[in-house]
Amino acid sequence: MNDAPAIPLRFTLNGRAVAIIADPMLRLADLLREKLRLTGTKIGCNAGDCGACTVLLDGRQVCACLVPAGQVEGRAVVTVEGLAESGRLATLQAAFLRHGAAQCGICTPGMLMAAADLLARTPHPDEAMVEDALGGVLCRCTGYRKIIEAVLAACGGAEAALDQDTRMDAVGARLARVDGVAKITGSEAFGADAWPDPPFLSLRVIRSPHAHARFSFGDFDPLLAAHPGLVRVLTASDVPRNLFGIYPVGKDQPVLAEGYVRYRGEAVLALLGDAETLADINEGNIPIRWQPLPPLSFAAAAAADAVQLHAHAPGNVLCRGRVVCGDVATGLAAGVAHAEIGVTTSFVEHAYIEPEAGYARRVGDRIEIFACTQTPYMDRDELAGILGLRPEQVRVIPSAVGGGFGGKLDLSLQPLLCLAAWLTGQSVRMVYSRSESMAATTKRHPARIQAEAAADAEGRLTGFRFTGDFNTGAYASWGPTVAGRVPVHAMGPYRVPHVAAHSTALYTNDPPAGAFRGFGVPQAALATEALMDLLADRLGEDRLEFRLKNALRPGDRLATGQVLGEGAALAACLEALRPHWHALRAEAASRNAASDSALRHGVGIACMWYGIGNTGMSNPSEMVIGVTREGRVVLYSGAVDIGQGSNTIMRQIAAAALGIPAAAIDLVTGDTDRTRDAGKTSASRQTFVSGNAARLAAEALRETILRRANGAPDAGLAFRDGAILISHDGVETRLDPAAMVPDAQDLVLRGEGRFDPPTTALDDDGQGIPYASYAFAAQIAAVAVDTELGVTRVEKIIAAHEVGRAINPTLVEGQIHGGIAQGLGLALMEEYVPGRTENLHDYLIPTIGDVPPIEVILIEEPDPLGPFGAKGVGEPALIATAPAIFNAISDATGVRPTAAPCTPDRLLTLLRAAGGEHVP
Amino acid sequence: MGLYLRPQTLPDALSALAAGRYTILSGATDHFPARVLATPAEDILDIGAIAELDTIRLDAEGIWIPARATWRAVIDAGLPASAAALVAAARQIGGQQVQNTATVVGNLCNASPAADGIPPLLALDAEVELARLGGRRRMKVADFVLGNRRTARAPDELVLGVHIPLPARPGSSVFEKLGARAYLVISIVAVAVSAEFLPDRRIAALRVAVGACSPRAMRLPALEAALAGLLPDPALVSEDHLAPLSPIDDVRASAAYRRAATLVLLRRAIARLLVPEARAA
Ligand SMILES: Cc1cc2nc3c(=O)[nH]c(=O)nc-3n(C[C@@H](O)[C@@H](O)[C@H](O)COP(=O)(O)OP(=O)(O)OC[C@H]3O[C@@H](n4cnc5c(N)ncnc54)[C@H](O)[C@@H]3O)c2cc1C
Ligand code: FES
Ligand code: FES
Repeated sequence: MNDAPAIPLRFTLNGRAVAIIADPMLRLADLLREKLRLTGTKIGCNAGDCGACTVLLDGRQVCACLVPAGQVEGRAVVTVEGLAESGRLATLQAAFLRHGAAQCGICTPGMLMAAADLLARTPHPDEAMVEDALGGVLCRCTGYRKIIEAVLAACGGAEAALDQDTRMDAVGARLARVDGVAKITGSEAFGADAWPDPPFLSLRVIRSPHAHARFSFGDFDPLLAAHPGLVRVLTASDVPRNLFGIYPVGKDQPVLAEGYVRYRGEAVLALLGDAETLADINEGNIPIRWQPLPPLSFAAAAAADAVQLHAHAPGNVLCRGRVVCGDVATGLAAGVAHAEIGVTTSFVEHAYIEPEAGYARRVGDRIEIFACTQTPYMDRDELAGILGLRPEQVRVIPSAVGGGFGGKLDLSLQPLLCLAAWLTGQSVRMVYSRSESMAATTKRHPARIQAEAAADAEGRLTGFRFTGDFNTGAYASWGPTVAGRVPVHAMGPYRVPHVAAHSTALYTNDPPAGAFRGFGVPQAALATEALMDLLADRLGEDRLEFRLKNALRPGDRLATGQVLGEGAALAACLEALRPHWHALRAEAASRNAASDSALRHGVGIACMWYGIGNTGMSNPSEMVIGVTREGRVVLYSGAVDIGQGSNTIMRQIAAAALGIPAAAIDLVTGDTDRTRDAGKTSASRQTFVSGNAARLAAEALRETILRRANGAPDAGLAFRDGAILISHDGVETRLDPAAMVPDAQDLVLRGEGRFDPPTTALDDDGQGIPYASYAFAAQIAAVAVDTELGVTRVEKIIAAHEVGRAINPTLVEGQIHGGIAQGLGLALMEEYVPGRTENLHDYLIPTIGDVPPIEVILIEEPDPLGPFGAKGVGEPALIATAPAIFNAISDATGVRPTAAPCTPDRLLTLLRAAGGEHVP
Repeated sequence: MGLYLRPQTLPDALSALAAGRYTILSGATDHFPARVLATPAEDILDIGAIAELDTIRLDAEGIWIPARATWRAVIDAGLPASAAALVAAARQIGGQQVQNTATVVGNLCNASPAADGIPPLLALDAEVELARLGGRRRMKVADFVLGNRRTARAPDELVLGVHIPLPARPGSSVFEKLGARAYLVISIVAVAVSAEFLPDRRIAALRVAVGACSPRAMRLPALEAALAGLLPDPALVSEDHLAPLSPIDDVRASAAYRRAATLVLLRRAIARLLVPEARAA
């Protein structure tokens, strides 16, 4: 907000003199972005907490969101745009590209500037110095390890392997991200980095301060009169169809609440006007009368006398999930060893560093929205429904996405932006503040789990019972997905003859819980993997060997009745971990024996499995690839790259299927007007599902070309100087695209691919084929617990992942690192409390100093259905980490954490209850 | 619209303060985060251009940390071992971005219960120097910080800096911070201990301060007295010594945990007083 009269300012920016008239209390980040349109400097929090805005001021790293413009007078500012030396990437940037240190890229400019400060002063830093220098920049995607490697490599450290995208065998190559240069130069356009043509309006949403309340509006005329810049007030009555939701039936969430709110942060009205006016309006002057009601908590939601939050959901039950096979009572009774556990988890915030942002504009009788999203086609159809338009009237142009993790699968600011632009005919822009992003959007479901298991004298699991309640918050969102997925996975990747697994998603007055990496499976795994340790211990078996003995293998029948196909290689993961397991355990034992200090060392192991794609539901992807008249190959991919690298992966797969290098393929992404529906970027499905569509499309194009040229099936293809060259046995045939007739998409030759994983719906007992492919993994965590303070430090993670085929090993490792960092946060520090942790200093995510060295072991056992054998890895990366850490804490201290996060005060309470601080 | 003044000299700043009500702005690292949700109308006095408040000085009298000295400046100043606690705190404040702009005096004036700078200043027996047009005064940090975000500064006063006296005998100081992650973390508890030693390593004088366990950081006189004249023995720290503290439950930890952790940190700090590396700045 402009606060003081503008004054002339002079400073040096990236080596050039700048003179500008500006409000001296404007934050430097806003000055750079809004006034100078240098958008490489990102804003993730506006409070110094994330470091995305890091720039150099007189050579020192500072947060541009904390520097008043008045203080840059006469000084030198360097931003990421000033890093490249005369158009060439700086050494540091090149190292980031080579090492895959940028995923979504929103933190990358800040990381680069912090590192540039360090390297200017300390040409040869060690790892600890890198951590100290970058400790003020948060990254939610990478787990930091590749960033550290890149900084060290930039000053002479070990260089990562990098393959050239001109090589022929694109699959399996460590190619740089296709969008990597944009991310490390700051030129990538995220939601807040593009503006509509002026004049445009801004939008400010007024949200409920109460978790549960009725409300009514007074007269808005005095407010409108007092603020000439206020164009309009939007309320529920302005929304044509004021109900949305993920699933076709059971849409339950209003765009703007109608006299009744169900969570703190729910939108009740929107102000439309110029940005300054909106910022000046005091919330207290908006005529809303609140009548707070007692909020319904998770603990109380299932009680018989609980208030009913939705008419369609008696007992506040959104839905239930169930997988039953055999007779669980018989199975449990057949065991000689029994174990039981109760586990609770908290709300977890996605904490992507990019808050939601974008703009909408009306073009005739169509509406266009540019914003961050993980699912353009679902957005399109849902927005059409809300506005009462046909889907073709809505165009969704995804911005670059600064992290999603499931949190950008739901609509956030899109409905209001589109509504405002539709009603006024003017372009409308909005950027969520950090607190708004946290208060308004979805979270990971808190869980309350009770589970028991038994094993026979040979150490084979005989029965498993699981009951999980999930707090789905005020609205359904992805609650049904969680309730459906959890019972399928609850028993873990093990053979169990008798299973009863039940889940319930309960409505409460908490924020809507939605999709978050793993859809409830990470919560369930905390219980399951604790049971595996308890059973192994009771039987006197090694914890790894016990898991190996029970590990699912190809040909095994799952609790759903499905028979597991080839490529399920959990056993190989465990076998790969075995030497590390023994070495780390021996090391922990000797460190514990060597000292009687309060620091206790322990090692934990956990396994996981994860079905790729939607649960027992169709989820097709379509891709188009073609040749232009100029002889370029273009892949039209609707798969949104949220940092995980699908743009790069699709290109590699298509290149390999065509038989050309990746460099020969241009990519057109996103944009519902230009690309087909590739489904949502979730459920770890893009590589497997969309990758298959890309493969099929490329194969179809190859066939078309060969048919035209009468080429042999194994002929070589090349695109050179505008021509297509087909060679076989030393004979070269030439096709001339310039001479062909282009179609409506300007393609002269095309291939289309569609893939829908073969699944069947689950019946009432959860019997069916929920997924076409499963990924498996096992991880080991080594921890040190300060038993006097309850503080846990993770010292090492070793992760063995069975990925089918690593299309791009660097990207796969990056996914695993990032998932592990999020798993570590879930285990030790992340707990969202509405109204109390709506910022990034009260809500803690791991920093660069919290993520330990990670060793990734990739097991490549081709999946029969996967493109070139590949499966997904996005969610599998996270699931085993928290249980491995919990098991390690238990190994170190003898007490078993049962509530996530296991914060210092929770752990100390457990330690004290167990009697004494020095538990061996 | 508010005024924005950026005086070049101290007299200009003091004249402005004498003439009107200003919000003093220094490194802005508390200022801006407090204004994320709403921006009040206010007149700003930006002291960032007053060169005479920049330089840390070390002389026979002690250490002078002027208003514009940043945490970075404290780290780089080569302070004597007796002030190691302040340097250790500087290294653990925020990330380096914050250390590069945030000032020690701003941390003190902001008077957060969890300010990491205040326990070391208390333990080092620092004094605050304030100036108004036509007058200066000095007071102990303990008298300056009145409560949660309350200080003894009058609206027309500027804090010029803090004096840290040099110990009469060989001394060392230690800072221990407990947070729930490695960087960028608000303290659950922070303790600072400073001691002067007799030639036989017995404690001649001891000052102990605890932050984040009461509305303002405080000294623990009973503990200080209990250890005087003795070798620094962690076992002598007892729960009773924490009686003046009044920790609260919040999102970071429970009150009971804070008490337990304080005891542990104090014992560790006392144990570290004699460890040589703890004394190196
Ligand atoms: C991301 C982040 C992390 C942080 N981490 C920590 C941490 O770990 N530990 C910690 O203790 N603090 C932490 N802080 C807060 C810390 O940066 C501040 O307390 C800082 O030291 C204040 O100094 P400043 O110069 O920025 O003050 P400003 O923000 O400019 O001012 C702070 C207050 O002091 C007043 N003031 C400043 N100078 C004077 C003066 N000379 N005379 C009178 N009044 C004055 C101002 O009016 C204002 O009320 C963090 C802040 C951020 C943004
Ligand atoms: S935007 Fe500046 S630190 Fe987050
Ligand atoms: S790459 Fe760091 S936040 Fe996405």
